[in-house]
Amino acid sequence: MRRRGNIAAYPHIVWSVLFIIAPLLFVLYYTFTDGAGDPTLENIQRIGTSNYLLIFTNSLCMALIATVICLVIAYPLAYIFSRMEEKTQRIMMVLIMLPLWMNFLITTYSWMTLLEDTGIINTLLGLIGIDGVHMINTPGAVIVGMVFCFLPYMIMPIYSVMAGIDPKIVEAAKDLGCSDRDVLLRVIMPMSLSGVISGITMVFVPSISTFYISQKLGGGTFQLIGDTIESYFTGNAINFHFGAALSMVLMFMILISMGIMNRFGDEREERGLLK
Amino acid sequence: MKKILSLVLTALLLTAGLSACGQTDDKLYVYNWGEYLSDGIYGDRDNISAFEEYYEEVTGRSIEVYYTTYPSNEDMYAKISSGTSKYDVIFPSDYMVQRLIAEDLLRPINIEEVCAKYGTECYYDTVTEEFRGLYFDPEDKYSVPYTYGRVGIIYNSTMVDEEDCTGYEILWNEKYAGKILQFNNSRDAFSTAQYMLGIDVNTTDPADWELVYEKMLEQKPLVQSYVMDEIYNKMESGEAALAAYYAGDFFTMQEVNEDLEFFYPEETNIFVDCMCVPAGSGNPEAAALFINYMLTAEAAIPNAECLFYASPHECVYTDEEYLDDMGEDVVEVLYPEDFNFQEELNRYAFRNLDPDTLELINSLWEELKIEGGLPDSIYITAAALAIAIAAIIISRLWIRRMRAKWY
Amino acid sequence: MKKLSRLYMALVFIFLYAPIVVMILISFNAGESTAHMTGFSLRWYQQMARDENTLNALKNTIVLSALSAVITTVLGTLASVGISRMRSRRLQRVVRNVTNLPMMNPDIVTGISLMLLFVFTAQMLGRDSALGFGSLLIAHITFSLPYVIMSVLPKINQLDRNVPEAAMDLGCTPLQSFFKVELPFISPGIITGMIMAFTLSFDDFVISNFTSGASYETLTIHIYSMIKKSVKPNIYALSTLIFIVVMALILAYNLLNDRGREKR
Repeated sequence: MRRRGNIAAYPHIVWSVLFIIAPLLFVLYYTFTDGAGDPTLENIQRIGTSNYLLIFTNSLCMALIATVICLVIAYPLAYIFSRMEEKTQRIMMVLIMLPLWMNFLITTYSWMTLLEDTGIINTLLGLIGIDGVHMINTPGAVIVGMVFCFLPYMIMPIYSVMAGIDPKIVEAAKDLGCSDRDVLLRVIMPMSLSGVISGITMVFVPSISTFYISQKLGGGTFQLIGDTIESYFTGNAINFHFGAALSMVLMFMILISMGIMNRFGDEREERGLLK
Repeated sequence: MKKILSLVLTALLLTAGLSACGQTDDKLYVYNWGEYLSDGIYGDRDNISAFEEYYEEVTGRSIEVYYTTYPSNEDMYAKISSGTSKYDVIFPSDYMVQRLIAEDLLRPINIEEVCAKYGTECYYDTVTEEFRGLYFDPEDKYSVPYTYGRVGIIYNSTMVDEEDCTGYEILWNEKYAGKILQFNNSRDAFSTAQYMLGIDVNTTDPADWELVYEKMLEQKPLVQSYVMDEIYNKMESGEAALAAYYAGDFFTMQEVNEDLEFFYPEETNIFVDCMCVPAGSGNPEAAALFINYMLTAEAAIPNAECLFYASPHECVYTDEEYLDDMGEDVVEVLYPEDFNFQEELNRYAFRNLDPDTLELINSLWEELKIEGGLPDSIYITAAALAIAIAAIIISRLWIRRMRAKWY
Repeated sequence: MKKLSRLYMALVFIFLYAPIVVMILISFNAGESTAHMTGFSLRWYQQMARDENTLNALKNTIVLSALSAVITTVLGTLASVGISRMRSRRLQRVVRNVTNLPMMNPDIVTGISLMLLFVFTAQMLGRDSALGFGSLLIAHITFSLPYVIMSVLPKINQLDRNVPEAAMDLGCTPLQSFFKVELPFISPGIITGMIMAFTLSFDDFVISNFTSGASYETLTIHIYSMIKKSVKPNIYALSTLIFIVVMALILAYNLLNDRGREKR
């Protein structure tokens, strides 16, 4: 039985080779060929020009800011949740997940309505006598959009790790003379690190590659890497080869970032702080 | 649990199975601009279902129309040229028709032959002489004009002074900084600067394009956002005060916000949107019949009324009821007197350009869009990387120290 | 402290629900604007009910998500069983890493890589339309597979290996032991995986954007093309309805779960 059991995985392996590995090979193939199918390095060289570097750093920067904001908001929230009664905890998680169910195209559009100069927030501010604040079409608005869309992905993993911490460990720490602050700093924080790391990846990756949010909330006044890739595949500047090159660079950039992230986690997970 | 599982499974399979029913004999894929046809959503005439009935009457076969939309010529071109999807009827503008013909992406429509084959009346005659043999398709083989119009400037009269409304300069007027909208596609956007500077929109001189780019860069700080169809909401709500856009769409906006006004700059873009059949069409005969049906008065008038674009079809613009419905103001803007269509078209319309120039336009456009954003992003990114690396090192040292202390 | 944390929670929830409240409010707008309320009406709901394109797209989406969820669940469950029984740790790790690629990769890269594959294959085969229902289905199965495996595999690993062996010792065939012993045990994981697969593909926009063609428009793609034109509150009406249905489903699911918990 055991021997034959892994036959069950074969359809999946075939599927993975056909639809996960092969497509990525095609990205490689398109990156290193031109329109006529001849090999070329031109596409990669073109990315090295200052314009595209600027696009990459812009996107990286916005994604980093959004991720940090998500983390700052999510961590205390997850901590608060994890100390609630079990039933309330479940209700809270449902409430956090619910906005994810809304189509993000629509919620982003709602944010436009909220943030516009003549939008709801400015109208409300006007009622209490504050002059209009210009928010829409700025990098800040795009970051608000990203934080809104991806915040639940940060809360969920952190919360689930925190909720999984055995209360006995906390008790033990207290018995051994830890203050509340020490419990948080020395027990809960190190133990929740794995949740933080998966939260960061779950927020960072979609924020760096988004194209819709930046188009709507940024008003097309600046371009992120996602916008640029999209425009090479379905828009103005159709060129599959260069688009493929851009996405390959994006992919490697993310893999490297994740590599750095995982170094963070590995040390503790493998050897363990409290072993 | 098992019961639930099997219940869910059967329910899912049932829905999947249901979808397989209701197949028709033929299929027709129509790819049009957004809201560029009267499709009955707003309680007007549903021209798509009407065509389906017409088709069944003429050929005796049932047909289902798959109707999808695109926001710009370039988006449509991307889909057609990459061969990702098959379409039977598309609605490109003049210069795009020229480009598609040049790249062998269109096929002759043969509307008369198809109509003759099925013994149905051909309505092509409603396309007036003036709109035949246009520069992009001199023999009228590949295209049938659908609408035409000019680009003008829409402004909110509560926010903009009448006396500033002289021409495209108004889009560079610092008084209206942050209230100006600009096209979000390269040809249309650059053309606003070109008409203002008096540069030919079809120039192939790179120096000209650089000059235009400089002008656009100058305008960028004043621009609220680069939009296509988002313009409706932004102008209607008063979020923006000024925009260059297609004349027909102005009336759609004015229906919602009465403060909006409109004028034509002296020199401005003129366009004809046509119906064409892509070379890859799987059902060119149905496509020809679709185009033929769109030329009938019963379909063309509701279309023209729903779009507010000028119609090149005689059956529309001579129809008393239609002219009445539109009202004098609208007719004046759409069908100005002493307007020589062909002359204007030959002078001001976009033409397809050579690949090098197209590439130059694209890269200038991209540069324009990149300019701005987060100015210091390089430093922030570098700082963030440095912090991350420092954090790794510190955390490792810390762990090592803790370990040494505890064990 | 308690007050402070309450306030904090309230602020986060306001942030998360503000756009949804806006959407629900404006779906009842009497005017055409999505920015200003001019009165209460149900006209956008009526209009939506008339809009065949939208309803068709909704139907398409349900069919696609259902089909993709079922196939993904079967494929993913089989794969999890297979992976858990692989003797070579190394192979196991390779397979898992490859499976997780679509989860780690940005959606846009997964989308365009599949698009390139479909376009290239179609050109090779001389077909003129590369994208349609088939390509969408393949794409949706591909990106939801890792999530199914992620929820089934831990369940299999939890199962005591001796139990199915005991069943076989007692005369079950391997297949019987799988269906009678293992499957009931891992079914909660399977159901979670299937629900996840369904919701993921119901909600997906980025990958569908690159892999859908003219013949099959899903709801998100339809909304995207609608949003590119002027946005009318009818889209908000549609989303409000979806939101209410989803809320009801989630509540029902949680109630069921709660009851299940109490029984145990």
